[in-house]
Formats: sequence, C-alpha cells, structure tokens
Amino acid sequence: MSVSNICIVDYGMGNIGSITNAFEILGHSVDVSSDREVISSAHGLILPGVGAFPKAMNNLRDLQILDVIKDFAIEQEKPVLGICLGMQLLATSSEENGHHLGLGLIPGQVKKIPGNELPVPQVGWNDINLRHDSSIFEGILDNTDFYFVHSYYFSCERKFVSSTTNYGMDLTASIECKNVFGVQFHPERSHRYGLKVLENFHKLCSV
Amino acid sequence: MIKDGILVQSMGFNKYLPIGHPKTTIEFISRWNVDEIIVLDISDKKKDISLTNGLLKLISKNCFVPIAVGGGIQTIEHAKSLISSGADKIVLNTHAFKENSLVTQISDQFGSQCVVGSIDAKIVAPEKYRAFIENGKIDTKMNVTDWAKKLQILGAGEIFLNSIDRDGSKLGYDLKLIERVKKEIDIPLIACGGVGKFSDFSDAVLISNADACAAGNIFHFVEHSTILAKANMFARGINVRLDNRASYINRSFDSDGRLLMLEGQKLKETILKRGSLDIL
Repeated sequence: MSVSNICIVDYGMGNIGSITNAFEILGHSVDVSSDREVISSAHGLILPGVGAFPKAMNNLRDLQILDVIKDFAIEQEKPVLGICLGMQLLATSSEENGHHLGLGLIPGQVKKIPGNELPVPQVGWNDINLRHDSSIFEGILDNTDFYFVHSYYFSCERKFVSSTTNYGMDLTASIECKNVFGVQFHPERSHRYGLKVLENFHKLCSV
Repeated sequence: MIKDGILVQSMGFNKYLPIGHPKTTIEFISRWNVDEIIVLDISDKKKDISLTNGLLKLISKNCFVPIAVGGGIQTIEHAKSLISSGADKIVLNTHAFKENSLVTQISDQFGSQCVVGSIDAKIVAPEKYRAFIENGKIDTKMNVTDWAKKLQILGAGEIFLNSIDRDGSKLGYDLKLIERVKKEIDIPLIACGGVGKFSDFSDAVLISNADACAAGNIFHFVEHSTILAKANMFARGINVRLDNRASYINRSFDSDGRLLMLEGQKLKETILKRGSLDIL
C-alpha cells in the first residue's frame, strides 16, 4: 500500500493538534508518534516545537529518538520540516539558557533576537522576503505574511536561508539544505499561505 | 464573547444579545482575514463554564489564525488544558488581579507571549480611569495605567485594554485612554471597546499608537467585515495584512469607512470570472 504518510514527532512539546488540524483540512492523514519504527518508516517528518531549546533536546534524548531522526535525514534522505522551535533544533547549537547542542542537520547557531528597541519575543504577523527558490514556497509570492512567535533566531550561512523577515534586522524566516527544511513561523497559524506551505511539503513527501 | 454556550453581542457590560454558535463566526471571521481571535467566556462561573475544552477544540478546529482564550481562568492547570485544546494565548483579567502570581506562573511555564493581561477600564472621574474586575462589577480602586505597568512586570506579553463606557456604544475607541496606557508600557497594546464604523480602527493606530485593534459587535453584521476594516486602514497608510482575494484595495470609502459603490460604467467593465477552488 503506497500511502504517503508524514509523521509528526511527538516529544511532548508542540501544538500538535493545530498541525494535524491543518493536514486534515488539506485532506491528508498524518501519524503522530515518538516510536522509532513509525518515525523511521514515514515518508516525511515534521518536528513541531513550542517552548525552550534545552528541554526539547532533553525530551528527544530521553525518548531515544535523536539517532532515528538524524538517520532519517542523513542516511535515508527523506524530507524533514522543522517548525518554529523544531526548526531551531536542526541547528548545530543554541545559546538559549546556556550552550546546548542541536541535531546538527543544518549548520548554524540559534541566537537571541536583539530587537533593537522592538519588543522580544516577536509575536505577530510579518512578511517574508524570498531569497532562494524553494519548493515549500511554490505558489507563494514574495512579501506574504506569516505568523511568528519567537525570541531566538537561526543564524547561518546565506546559502541555507530560503527567506528572511525583518524585525529590527533581517532574521532567518526559513532554511533549507537538500531534504531538510525549517520554518521559523507557524504555518498552521498562518492561514491560507501557511496551509500552502504544508501542502507543498506534503507534495515533496509523496514523490 | 461566549455566554452560556452562545456567542453574544455586548453593550456596556450588562446587556447581552445572542448572535449564534461561536463555530460559525470563527469560521467566517477566520476566512475574512482577521489576524487573531479572542474568545472570552463571560458566563456566570458559579453556574457553569461555557468554554469547555470540547467547545474550544471544536471552534479552533477550522481556525488557522492564533486564538487567545480567557474568562475566569484561575489556575495554571486550567490554562494548560485550554492550551492543549487549541488556545495559543491565555487571557487573564480578574484572577490576575486577585492572584498576581498566576500571571508569572503561566508566563514562566509557557512564555510571556502566551499571556495577555486584560484590563476593563471605567471612567470614575474626569480624566481618571480605574480597572474593574468581575465583568466590570468590582472597582479594584487601581489606576488603569499602574495596573498595566504591573501586568507587564508580572510577565504579561500583551495588554488587552477594553473601555467599559464605550462598550457597545458605537462612539469609537476611547483614544485618550489608549494613548495614556500605551505611553507607559513596552509590550504591545490591543485596543477594544466602542467601534461603530470602520474608520474607527485607524484612529486607534494613527492617533493613539495602538499596536492592534479589536472589536466584537461590528464584525458580526457586515459581509467581509474584517476585510473592510483592514482595507480602510490600508487606505490610510497603515501596514496591515491583506491577502484575501476580496481585498478591496482599489476601492474607495466614505468618511465613515463604508464602501462606496462602483459607478455603472465601472460595473460594465468588470469581468466576472469563475472563482478557483480555495481551501479557506
């Protein structure tokens, strides 16, 4: 049976309900799991995330699924999408509440947003500037608004940055490296075009 | 606002008229470009909690914009269960005042962006605004600005400022009140209470510096209401999100913000096309 099921990794942190609702209205079924087999055999992975970096990494470590996720991305080369904190986990390390190692799937460091007189966290809609062609932004125009809620941002080389948003400075809004993708905004809370991002990701996983 | 399970229209905090099931309103408001939705349970808490987790799950199911939830929340456990049922933010009013630590607890656990400090303001003397709790029934004797500053220190990420006097009046926002509070805080301010015409929204932003505008009543009775509100703001130079197909961007409005009809000739030139399939 060829069913392209995406697995949303459940590590106890993340608004999984909102993400499953989004896929439901798009007409796709998804799995929600922390089981090694389910994760490994999925056609695509979504790493959700609301909360702090250190706790997230600890939860993943305790569930003993760090290696399965890395294997999924590096060995199996299947699509992975990190959302918000989930995107930050893809980094080499983060400075949130100390120095912590991430999954290291896209080289970069997670740093605190300076703000420059704007309040931190950034909470609200902001438009993004597309930097590279990216399959997850297919059908989405430059300057489209998405919903952001974050105090930290992903700092990395330009080649991995597929879009930026301006909040006191240009912040990474999304990243991409081969089969690994990350979005700082919440597509499941960004209405029409957020759903389009999820639909585009689903298409990638169905190939 | 939900009272006894039904969405209601509110006037002066004491007259409530039924609108219908909250699910319907949230679905169409969500399609019509609203940026965020605030759901407040104003039922008599001694009798029943209207906004059950089940109702919240139902109404947030087709809502793909952030949703803030409040109304009688007094414990972190309640906040937690609302968050797992779909709430992105928790709105605290009465119990933030009665138990300051509640604000800090929720803010520490879920982040300050998850806590909205809600203040109901009433004029008690010329130029004097005080914060009222328990659905506007009890005077805290505290000055609104002082309470807003305190909420920020306690950990609130945003302030939702409602004018009891203007509620349901259609006289427009209390611009003086908004300006006064905005000056004293660093976190975003959401203005509420009194909107009567679409042009009122821009005033809160352009004159009083509000970061966000909220309204209830006006959105329930006009087709594309939230889109029209934003189109008005856009026309006055305010940076708003407008991505709906019916954005009214090239249309004109009268001084009250009402849409001006197209001339006959223009209508003749307009080509009607079959709409495409849209998920939302």
